[in-house]
Amino acid sequence: MRHFRHRFGQAGNQVGCRFWDLALREHAHVNKKGLYDEALSSFFRNAVLVDMEEGVVNEILQGPLGEVFDSTQLLTDVSGSGNNWAVGHMTYGLAYREQIVDHLRKAAEHCDCLQCFFLIHSMGGGTGSGLGTRVLSLLEEEFPEVCRIVTSIYPSAEDDVITSPYNSVLAMRELTEHADCVLPVENQSLVDIVNKIKRMSHTGKPGSMIKRDSTIISGQGGLTRAEKPFDDMNNIVANLLLNITSSARFDGSLNMDLNEIAMNLVPFPRLHYLVPSLTPLYTLTDVSVPTRRLDQMFSDAFSKDHQLIRADPKHSLYLACALMVRGQVQVSDLRRNIERLKPSLPFVSWNQEGWKTGLCSVSPVGHSHSLLALANNTCVKPTFMELRERFTKLYRKKAHLHHYLHVDGMEQSCFSEAISSLSSLIEEYHHLDATKGKMMPDAPRLGIAR
Amino acid sequence: MSVVTVQLGQCGNQVGQELFDVVCTDVREGPRKTYSAASCERFFYQTTHGDLTARAVLIDMEPKVINQSMTKAAKSGRWKYGDTSHFSQKQGSGNNWANGYCVHGPRHREVVEELVRREVERCDRLSGFMAMMSVAGGTGSGVGTYVTQCLRDIYPKSFILNHLTWPYGTGEVIVQNYNSVLTLAHLYQLSDAILVHENDTVHRICSQLLKIKHISFSDVNRVIAHQLGSVLQPALTADSHGVYSRNPLGIDWQVRPPSGSERTRSVTGGSFNASVANLLVLRGKDVYSAETGGFEDPTLYTSWLSAEEAFNLWKSPVPFNKYEKSATLVSNSQALLKPLDNMVAKAWNMFASRAYIHQYVKFGISEEDFLDNFTSLEQVISSYSELC
Repeated sequence: MRHFRHRFGQAGNQVGCRFWDLALREHAHVNKKGLYDEALSSFFRNAVLVDMEEGVVNEILQGPLGEVFDSTQLLTDVSGSGNNWAVGHMTYGLAYREQIVDHLRKAAEHCDCLQCFFLIHSMGGGTGSGLGTRVLSLLEEEFPEVCRIVTSIYPSAEDDVITSPYNSVLAMRELTEHADCVLPVENQSLVDIVNKIKRMSHTGKPGSMIKRDSTIISGQGGLTRAEKPFDDMNNIVANLLLNITSSARFDGSLNMDLNEIAMNLVPFPRLHYLVPSLTPLYTLTDVSVPTRRLDQMFSDAFSKDHQLIRADPKHSLYLACALMVRGQVQVSDLRRNIERLKPSLPFVSWNQEGWKTGLCSVSPVGHSHSLLALANNTCVKPTFMELRERFTKLYRKKAHLHHYLHVDGMEQSCFSEAISSLSSLIEEYHHLDATKGKMMPDAPRLGIAR
Repeated sequence: MSVVTVQLGQCGNQVGQELFDVVCTDVREGPRKTYSAASCERFFYQTTHGDLTARAVLIDMEPKVINQSMTKAAKSGRWKYGDTSHFSQKQGSGNNWANGYCVHGPRHREVVEELVRREVERCDRLSGFMAMMSVAGGTGSGVGTYVTQCLRDIYPKSFILNHLTWPYGTGEVIVQNYNSVLTLAHLYQLSDAILVHENDTVHRICSQLLKIKHISFSDVNRVIAHQLGSVLQPALTADSHGVYSRNPLGIDWQVRPPSGSERTRSVTGGSFNASVANLLVLRGKDVYSAETGGFEDPTLYTSWLSAEEAFNLWKSPVPFNKYEKSATLVSNSQALLKPLDNMVAKAWNMFASRAYIHQYVKFGISEEDFLDNFTSLEQVISSYSELC
């Protein structure tokens, strides 16, 4: 059990660790071409690591990334949050409020220009979920104009933390109210992707050998090195973050930065849950890249296998979609594929051409090109509905409630408000879904007096 | 006479760099002293070291593109940008016109005005300004509109040309239609002439005429630069008396429809686009003997203008960019009506559901402002629709 507790409480730091590791590799690979000095160094100075248990953070400090961070960027305690959102959000949230704000202000001062806050956490535990969302609302208070993008690891149904539905729903309310964008990632999807890659690497068919260093689950040393549990899953999320930030770190003919993502993908303030999907998951050794292979990459991005949550966007409704392409891919390739895929993707009537695109010249290590798709799609509705069901199962029986309610600051109303927020979010998606497939007439234009 | 160019946002800075490159390359060929001198004076000045330096101010809300453009220019070995003629920030405008126009523009007004003033003072005679920008994003469109307004305020008698790049019809930026509507409605009050390139059209040129297989934005930008260059390079005009016209921006669109007269709608609905004015630029061999009568066909023009008033012809015996003969047509006609109408229609549909409006309100553009801008553009569409 201890092992799992580390993971849920510490997911954010472990993913973060993979991110920095991979980012360093990426920049080392393009040493001369990348804006190594400026962009990268400013990136690293601006991390704040928070955990209520020292284990993972200490590990990071003792590892090869230790020199990248300094002690002013860390905030730890010893006993953990016991997988209890209330402890994370209320107890530690209040106790550490000043210190947290202090750390944040210091980190912000290092920035020539603060563009965005990036939070990484899991929803199912206590610290990431509870304290994480407290930090989120502090960020809104202290830096109201700076964009807040959150990567949230959602627990799967088979999750072994019994109270993860409580923690997740309580956290979700905070995300809906205080985040600008949320990228939900489901553990089960990560497991599925990892398994798929491992299957591929073991088939041993000629021509199907996976190139060293080219899977999105590998950290250092590729597939063969014995890696820590969850490393490969965390690598996937780290790759997601790498791709989102690539335009800020490298040149391209059509830059797409984090502010633009929030602007283009969020048509209504609360509907800011974006489904991420990544391709390729790995590259085969036969390296020639005919156009067909490139087009396949675009198709894959819209297939269920590549989504980082279990969802079916093609059969729901798109409100908006962003494509971040990396590598030697040209605007004509992008246009051709959008034209090709458009007919099979249902878009909401007022955004029939709702595509936001970015081209970054530098591809990830080991790949000639890659694609990140971020979709604002009603397919998140089933995920949220399932979460609501799991919550209700527990809440009906008042199971484990006392652990939460006896925390100072926590009341029954926190629960009822949280579930109500989730329900109305689901309703909003539902209304949009209802418009799917209906021919909406064009709004009558303004008449001009002659 | 000189033109001061202001490059705004990623597109403006990328296209601008290609334009100066095209012009510089064109000028280097052969012993055509007067042409070269006129062109150089128009677009460049010489530093004390003898470097050809563009009369340009580069503006962006993030640094990467400006750095790239300046590096590319310097690498050419033939020309460069002024070392201090640029201004950038770090955070970008997030594709938000309101952020560009209401926040970044005013915040950096003084710096930008100073940079422009320095360029203006370097000119012996200023013929006007050219602002280069896209309409889809946040900086080019929003900051670009604000800067145009500043130019208009400070230099009320100067000619201002806005070169606009319109995005692909299908999504480069989801809120591109909002940004475009806001930009165009404002520029209509501020600009003397708006020269438009549509990415879709230029893309077609690349694929169908130039037969380029993998079209990149570089290819697109080069075509745009080439077309722009062929209009702006020195030419002999009807009233320049045998020398290169001092006024490259003197496209005189000062036409006003007769007031109160009857305007009958075209019965056929127009099988081709009625023109308010056309400018034909011929360069290279045989320009003096070229037969251009077809362009003076009265049916091309709106009924309340004669072909003599509406048609302008410029010539230069000097070949442009190694093309033995070349011709460029700049047209003020109904050709842009359909794209403009489409853009307004899409923006209006989105506005009807109020999608994304909170993002603009956040920075100071209200629903009322949107309505005003829509109204302005509907009037423009209406005016062009009635040409026949």
